[in-house]
Amino acid sequence: MRSFSYQRATDPGMAVQALSADAAANNPLTQATAQPLAGGTTLIDLMKLDVMRPAAIVDINPLAQGWSAIEPGSGNLWLGALAKMSDVAAHEDIQRNYPVIADSLKLAASAQLRNMATLGGNVLQRTRCSYFRDVSYENCNKRNPGSGCAAMDGVNRMHAVLGTSEQCIATYPGDFAQALIALDATVEVTGRSGTRSMPFAELHKPPGNTPEIETSLQPGELISAFVIPGRWPRSVYLKARDRQSYEFALSSAAVALDVQDGTIRDARIALGGVATVPWRARETEALLKGRKFDDGLAQRAADAAFADAKGRRHNSFKIALGKRVVAHALQQAVTMEI
Amino acid sequence: MTAAAPEPKATMGQPVPRYDATAKVTGRATYGSDMPLDNPAYAFLVTSAIARGRINSFDLGDAKRVRGVIDIVTHENAPKLKESKLFSNGGYAGTTIQPLKSADIAHDGEIIAVVVAESYEAAREAANRVKVSYSAATPSASFDSPGTTKAAAKGQNAQFREDPQVGDFAKAFEEAEVKLTASYDTPTQHHNPMELFSTSCAWMGDDLVIYEPSQYVYGLKNGVAEQLSIDADKVRVVNPYVGGGFGSRGSMTPRTAIIAGIAKGLNRPVKLVPTRDQGFTIATYRAETRHEIKLGASRDGKLVALRHEGAEVSSRADAYCVGGTKTTTRLYACPNVDSLVSIVRADRNTPGFMRSPPEVPYLFALESAMDELAVKLNMDPVELRRVNDTTNEPIGGKPYTSRSLMACFDAAAKAFGWSQRSAAPRSMSDGDWLVGYGCASTCYPTQMGPSAARVRLQRDGRTRVEIAGHEIGTGAYTIIAQTAADRLGVPLEKVSVFIGDSDLPPAPVAGGSNSTASACSAVMMVCDQVRQKLFKAVMPNESLTDKAKETVGIGQTPTTQAAKSDRPLDLEKAFDALGASVVEEYGEWKPDGAPLDSFKAMHSGHVRLVGGAALKDKIAYAFGAEFVEVRINRLTHEIRAPRLVGAFAAGRIMNPRTARSQLMGGLIWGMSSALLEATEIDERTARYVNDNFADYLVPVNADVPGVEVILLSEQDDHINPAGAKGLGELANVGTNAAICNAIYHATGQRIRKLPVRLENIEA
Repeated sequence: MRSFSYQRATDPGMAVQALSADAAANNPLTQATAQPLAGGTTLIDLMKLDVMRPAAIVDINPLAQGWSAIEPGSGNLWLGALAKMSDVAAHEDIQRNYPVIADSLKLAASAQLRNMATLGGNVLQRTRCSYFRDVSYENCNKRNPGSGCAAMDGVNRMHAVLGTSEQCIATYPGDFAQALIALDATVEVTGRSGTRSMPFAELHKPPGNTPEIETSLQPGELISAFVIPGRWPRSVYLKARDRQSYEFALSSAAVALDVQDGTIRDARIALGGVATVPWRARETEALLKGRKFDDGLAQRAADAAFADAKGRRHNSFKIALGKRVVAHALQQAVTMEI
Repeated sequence: MTAAAPEPKATMGQPVPRYDATAKVTGRATYGSDMPLDNPAYAFLVTSAIARGRINSFDLGDAKRVRGVIDIVTHENAPKLKESKLFSNGGYAGTTIQPLKSADIAHDGEIIAVVVAESYEAAREAANRVKVSYSAATPSASFDSPGTTKAAAKGQNAQFREDPQVGDFAKAFEEAEVKLTASYDTPTQHHNPMELFSTSCAWMGDDLVIYEPSQYVYGLKNGVAEQLSIDADKVRVVNPYVGGGFGSRGSMTPRTAIIAGIAKGLNRPVKLVPTRDQGFTIATYRAETRHEIKLGASRDGKLVALRHEGAEVSSRADAYCVGGTKTTTRLYACPNVDSLVSIVRADRNTPGFMRSPPEVPYLFALESAMDELAVKLNMDPVELRRVNDTTNEPIGGKPYTSRSLMACFDAAAKAFGWSQRSAAPRSMSDGDWLVGYGCASTCYPTQMGPSAARVRLQRDGRTRVEIAGHEIGTGAYTIIAQTAADRLGVPLEKVSVFIGDSDLPPAPVAGGSNSTASACSAVMMVCDQVRQKLFKAVMPNESLTDKAKETVGIGQTPTTQAAKSDRPLDLEKAFDALGASVVEEYGEWKPDGAPLDSFKAMHSGHVRLVGGAALKDKIAYAFGAEFVEVRINRLTHEIRAPRLVGAFAAGRIMNPRTARSQLMGGLIWGMSSALLEATEIDERTARYVNDNFADYLVPVNADVPGVEVILLSEQDDHINPAGAKGLGELANVGTNAAICNAIYHATGQRIRKLPVRLENIEA
């Protein structure tokens, strides 16, 4: 960890201004000299590891009053970016009408972390790639653009099989983002020119040739809220992992269905633990829509999700695993009582 | 889950609460890095990013500009230290790779610089700013890497003297009715206990005090003195509490003398608190092992031939090995036995003790093979153990001092519900989960070492016991207090215990599960000296020993007919007769068969453990049986172990509460060693990849909903005065095999390589 200045932002304008300090420098946002601090559960870790070296910390917790509401309205669910994971997971309306959201939060991290971590920080959580998190490895295109990727032919059991590039195979580690992308959420962003909205699906950038650029956020921009349209009582989040709790997904699936008389009218599927970004499985959705559900359909739909998957030395198992997780989640969603 | 304080059975002490419980749960227990220092400087380590090669140069400019930096120590300006030999070659060190000696690098994460600053934060920031230029050579990471060398352990490791053999294995195996040949692998694992590998060194003139978590304060004191070329009496090691040991703090690591040397140069205390990831490379670890087991049996299950060949990884510098064949060749009756242990040298740090060092990997192989043999024989695996149970070990024919293996199997099987198992693989399930039951034997050698103690009894009954033992979380304070209270007949609350300080009378390393037997035997002996002194004062003409044993139960009613003619000792009168208010005795105890130089070695920090298979006319082991239920999800293949049941017999159980706690922790760790724990090595660079506790997985509470510990009564009068067999390393042995045996039962798939992960389950 390196020395840094600390500032509390008491209103959004102040936060945005403090975070825009080196807007002209054209740094990737993750390497901007000023970084926002919310729950701190990722940022402080990465600072201790010397992976992130901000010169200034802008504490945005004072904004919680305006930015932490949980509002299940009639048409939309509105979630403030500074709401705590644990509060959202425990909310009765969300458990009833959006089980995929409640479960994705509940199955993440530990109770202590969920009490600290905010929704906005959660979706921006950075990869757990060991080579990224250990600065003694020089080769990390995400950390040192152009330096290569140590994970590509290294120990890559936890790495991604979807959305990878020749430059980076680091997995997006979160759970909640899968629920958001599946449900067509919108993300509300506050920046220098006010507030704008964009589809959550456009927030994260696949690594491509610039793995150091992880989101489409602009300098100074902060996530202020998420808006989820509709209600999805028939939805599940299934997470396969090495231990029973407090562990990242080897493979997970967010599934939300609208089923009438055995026919799938609408399907929303997203995958976690297997991709470089929150991953919407649109091929799978297309196969399901308008069809009668059976195990064979679930299997075909699950296969479609991984048609373009590319395994490496230690993570090829995730392709077969991921298909089984999707099929299993579909079965759970179809049979769940609502 | 069994009660925290099990009712004591025959041959058990009382389950009194921990002596240190309140201090620990209220945060008042002081660990090494809690010790207050006068104006300390803070050290932060820089470790190598390559496993083999040289340092070309350092660029320290940026680092030195950090405000508060005092000095940056590298091989170019490090204090000169004498090398210590490996503990097994008569030295103190856990590795002879001495960092900061030259530009050469011998393993990943070797200490290459120490930043010293006015604050921890400044030291850390400067360490982050140290730039190093390396010339890296291609390292050999492990078994399959080019450039390793392999040779028999015998002849290069002084503590591995024989490959046990008896009869004619080759002929017997050839002629056996049923044969099994199978290979097994275990991974690299790290203990990395809760308390980090800290050290604080403070000089007062020529005297050095070291605050450091150690499992052997006398070893560390003497080792550091040797490295600094000073008299051992000038060095004191203090650690009243140690935040976990598991073997990692049994031998000296290079960090201590380095920090002591820097502190001397600065004329100021220096405090080092390394990071968790540095704990993976600056201390020892359990090396990966490979095994080939050959078993030959008759149709009725009697073993006729057994061969165990093991290979272990060690460093280029040191021939460390655990050599578990000394146990696996003696566990079952078998007339024809052969074995061989080899060491493979790679570009790694020297491995070291990790809880049950030989037994965890070697019994994984044997107990998996026994299960495979039971399948071949179509025999219940419990019955296969019964058929091959023995009163005498097969290599030298020596009798076990006591052996309750089958009693443990029967008790654990009953508690587990083994009779509910349908034998066919894949025959049990529950919803989406395949269910499997498995079992395995566990055993651990009963070891003792020479130990001293000092006991002071005051007129008011207050008692002070001093012994340089170690509280590594096991309950040492508690059972030492109980032993003194019982022996002197004073109330437990009047006993104070002082341990974890090398100024106290020497005790052996807290390793090899010897502490209870050694410390309690010494404390008992010295308590008897105290009683005799008092007895002599009140009854100067009586013969001392026998009488004293019966009557000087201070404040207690005599228990035998012979003693009833005497009144219980009146403490006040005894002290009046003695003409003193305090009796203080010091004594040195050594177990039968300990070498002549035992006491001398004890003071100079060398352990002379006796026991296990090395006893002259007998063999002493504790035994147990473990049963596990595994569940494997049909769809995700996730593996869980919701029930672990173990029954154990280990001579006198000093305190059923602390014993249960240790055994429960052992069962959990045993499961963990089968399903979760492995340190991943990048083969290209011979570097650890998952060197943190987010990626090196250990169980969370949700992984272990059901753990049951059964303590069996066992009386053994042939081991030591305390009658106790060590049990700290008993329960995490064999669990790994029981898990794999249960996985076979659940799935029909035999897995011979640890850890088992969901991708290893085929269908």
